[in-house]
Amino acid sequence: MDFDLTDEQRLLRDSVDRLLADTYTFEKRKGYSAEPEGWSRALWSRYAELGILGLPFAEEHGGFGGGGIETMLVMEAFGRALAVEPYLTSVVLCGTALRLAGNAALQSELLPQIAQGKLTVAFAHGERQARYDLSDVLTTAKRKGGGWVIDGAKSVVTQGDSAGKLIVSARIGGERDDGAGIALFLVDAKANGVARRAYRLRDGMGAAEISLSGVEVGRDALLSEAGAAYPIIERVAEAGIAATAAEAVGAMETMQKMTLEYLKTRQQFGKPIGENQALQHRATEMFVALEQGRSLAMLAAMMVDEPDAAERQRNIAMVKAGVGQAARFVSQNAVQLHGGIGMTEEYAVGHYFRRCMVIEHSFGDTGYHLSRLAEQVA
Amino acid sequence: MDLRFSAEELAFREEVRGFIRDNLPDDIREKLQLGHKIEKPDLVRWQRILNKKGWAAFNWPKEWGGPGWTPIQRMMFLEEIQTFPAPEVNPFNVTMLGPVLIQFGSDEQKQRFLPRAANLDDWWCQGFSEPGAGSDLAALKTAARREGDHYIVNGQKIWTSTAHMADWCFCLVRTNPQAAKKQEGISFLLIDMKTPGITVRPIISIDGEHHLNEVFFDDVKVPVDMRVYEENKGWDVAKFLLGNERTGIARIGKSKERINFSKQKAKEMRAHGKPLSQDPEFRRRIAALETELKSLEITQLRVLSAQKANERRQDPLTAVLKLKGTELLQATTELAMDVAGPLAMPDWADELEALSNEPELGPVWATEATRSYLFLRAASIYGGTNEIMKNIVSKGVLGL
Repeated sequence: MDFDLTDEQRLLRDSVDRLLADTYTFEKRKGYSAEPEGWSRALWSRYAELGILGLPFAEEHGGFGGGGIETMLVMEAFGRALAVEPYLTSVVLCGTALRLAGNAALQSELLPQIAQGKLTVAFAHGERQARYDLSDVLTTAKRKGGGWVIDGAKSVVTQGDSAGKLIVSARIGGERDDGAGIALFLVDAKANGVARRAYRLRDGMGAAEISLSGVEVGRDALLSEAGAAYPIIERVAEAGIAATAAEAVGAMETMQKMTLEYLKTRQQFGKPIGENQALQHRATEMFVALEQGRSLAMLAAMMVDEPDAAERQRNIAMVKAGVGQAARFVSQNAVQLHGGIGMTEEYAVGHYFRRCMVIEHSFGDTGYHLSRLAEQVA
Repeated sequence: MDLRFSAEELAFREEVRGFIRDNLPDDIREKLQLGHKIEKPDLVRWQRILNKKGWAAFNWPKEWGGPGWTPIQRMMFLEEIQTFPAPEVNPFNVTMLGPVLIQFGSDEQKQRFLPRAANLDDWWCQGFSEPGAGSDLAALKTAARREGDHYIVNGQKIWTSTAHMADWCFCLVRTNPQAAKKQEGISFLLIDMKTPGITVRPIISIDGEHHLNEVFFDDVKVPVDMRVYEENKGWDVAKFLLGNERTGIARIGKSKERINFSKQKAKEMRAHGKPLSQDPEFRRRIAALETELKSLEITQLRVLSAQKANERRQDPLTAVLKLKGTELLQATTELAMDVAGPLAMPDWADELEALSNEPELGPVWATEATRSYLFLRAASIYGGTNEIMKNIVSKGVLGL
C-alpha cells in the first residue's frame, strides 16, 4: 500500500499543470468556449504534442499504456483549470470502448488518430427514456446485406456536436432493459441519416441530440461481437466515473482555494469575513469534503481496472455517490461563501459550480448509485 | 500508487484475527456478543493475554515492550480488535501515557511504569480537564507548590474517566502562576491515587453509567521525581500526547462493527411485514454510511502512507480522521439504536444484569445499542470538541 507517485507520474502531472497554467486563465477559457465547437483545436494539438491524447492507449497505437492513476492526474488538472476540450469523451470514454471491444482493425485505425489529435469521438449511448439505466436502449440495428441499418435517437451526447465519429449503442436483439441484446457501432458523424441538433450544457460544453434514421454501416463498423457490448458499456461508464471523480476533485480544489482567498480579503464590518467562526467552520467542512472526495477519486483510479467485477462495480458506485455529495457540498458552499459575486456569470466560481453539477448528473447521480448499493447490502 | 496490502501485511492481519479468535476468553466474547457490560477484571485479563504475546502496547517500540509495528500493522491490529469485537486495550495506559514516558520520561520513570502500564498492573487515568478549563485547557488552575522534594497539589479535575478504578493519574498542574503565557506555567505530574488528600466523586453520564468523575486534590504530596520532563514545560508534553494518537483516532473498526451489528440485528426485526434488513430505507442508510466509511478508510491509508515517510510530521488530514471518524461513529451507533425500534427505549440494564429465575425481560443487545448511542455522544466532545477542531483547522490549515 502506498500513495506515492512514480517519477514518470509526477512528470506527467507537472507538465500538464504547466501547459494549463500558461493556457488556461479564466479569460482565455471564455475564448475557447466561444469558439464554434466550444473548445480549442489549437490546444487540442498541444495536448497531442504532450502525449496525453494517447495516454491510456497501447504503444502500438501511439499511446503510453497509462492506467487509472495517469488518467486521474490529467483529469484533476483539467478540473482545476476547468478545461473544455473533449478529453473525457474522446480519450477516456471512447478510448475505453475501443480498447475493451478488442476490434483490432478499428483500434489500429482510430486510436492513433485520436492520439494525434486528428479525430474526436463521442460516446452516443444515452437515450431520452433511459435516464441513467445503461441497458435501456431502444435504438435498433438490423442486418442489411453484409452490414447494418441503425434507427433511433440518442440524448445528451456530450461533445457529440463536434465529434468526427460516434460510438453508437443499438439493440440487435432482446427487449428494452435487456443488456444482452445490445451492440456498439462506429458511425461517421456525417453519415447519411445522422442528424445532430447541437446545444450547450449548463457548464458551457457542447452536446447534441442525435437522431439516426436508416443509417447504414458496414460489417466492419461493429465494435465487438454482436450482443457482447453491455459489459463494455458498463466499463465505459465506470471509466467515466473514475475520470470525472478526479476532475471534480480538481474543480473542488480550485473552488476551495478561491473561497479561502475571498474569505481572507473581503472586508465587512471592518474585518475580513473569514474571521467569522460560522464561515471558518463551513470552510473546514469544505476541506473535509474535498479530502474525502480526493480519497474516493484515488480509490476509483486504483479500482477502474480491477478484474473482480463485483468488487470493482461496488467501489465505483461508492465513488460516484461519495464524490457527488462532496462536490455538491463544496460547490454550493463556495457560491454561498462568496455571496452575491458567486452568483455572477462574470466570476469563475459559478462555472466550476456548474461543471460539478453536470458531472454529478453524468453516469448516474448520487441517489442512483446509493440505491444500487442499497440493493446489494448483504 | 497502490491500494493493495503486501503479502506480509495480509498474513499479519490473519495472524491477529487468528490470535483473537483463539485467545479471547469465551465468557468475555459472550458478554460482548450479547451486549453485556465488560468489567475491569475482564479488561485486565484480556490486556494481560495480549501483553504476554507482546501486543498490548501495540504502538510502542520493541525496546519498551511493544511489538515495534509499522503504522499499517497498528491500524490492522486496532481494526481487528474493534470489528471482532474484542475489548480494546486501555487507552490511558497504552496510547496516552506510554508514548509520553518513552519520549519525555526519565529512565527511572520508564523502568518503573512502562512494563506495569503495558500489563495493566497499574490502571491510569488522565487529569487534564477542570471546571474552568475544558476546550481552553491551558486555563487550568490546579496548583502544584514546590516544597523541598515535593509538590503540594491543590485543586480539582473533572470528566476524569475511570478515576474510580485508577491506581495512578497523569495530571497537568500549574507550577508557575506568574508565567507570562498561561501555557508556560504548567507541569506534567504522575500522581498515585492512593495519596492522602485525593477524593474521587462519581459523575453519572446520560447512558446511566459511571465512567466519569470529579477528582479533588487537597494538599496532596507528590514527589518531585514524579514530574515528567522539565518544570513548566508540561504543555509540550500535553501537546505531544494530544497530537500523538493518530492511528486510532478514526475508530473505523468500531464503526464497521456497529454496521455489522445493525445488519445482523435487522434480520431479526420487522418492518412493513418483512425483515427490517430488506427495508429500502434501512439499506440505503447502510449504503450511505459504508460509502463515507470507505472514503475515510482511504483517507486513513493516505495518512499512514505519509507517516511511513515522516513519522512525526503533523498531517492536516488527521483533522479529517477526527471529524469524520467521530461523525461516523455517532451515525453508526444511531443506526444500531434505531434497529431496536421500541426496544431502544427501555432502561432495563440492571434487571438484565441481575441473576434471576424469571425469563429475560428483553434482549440485552437493544439496551446495549442505546447505551452505546448515548455514551458516544461524547465522541465529538472528548479530546477537544469537533468545533474546537474546526477552529484549529481553519487557522492552522486554511490560514483563516
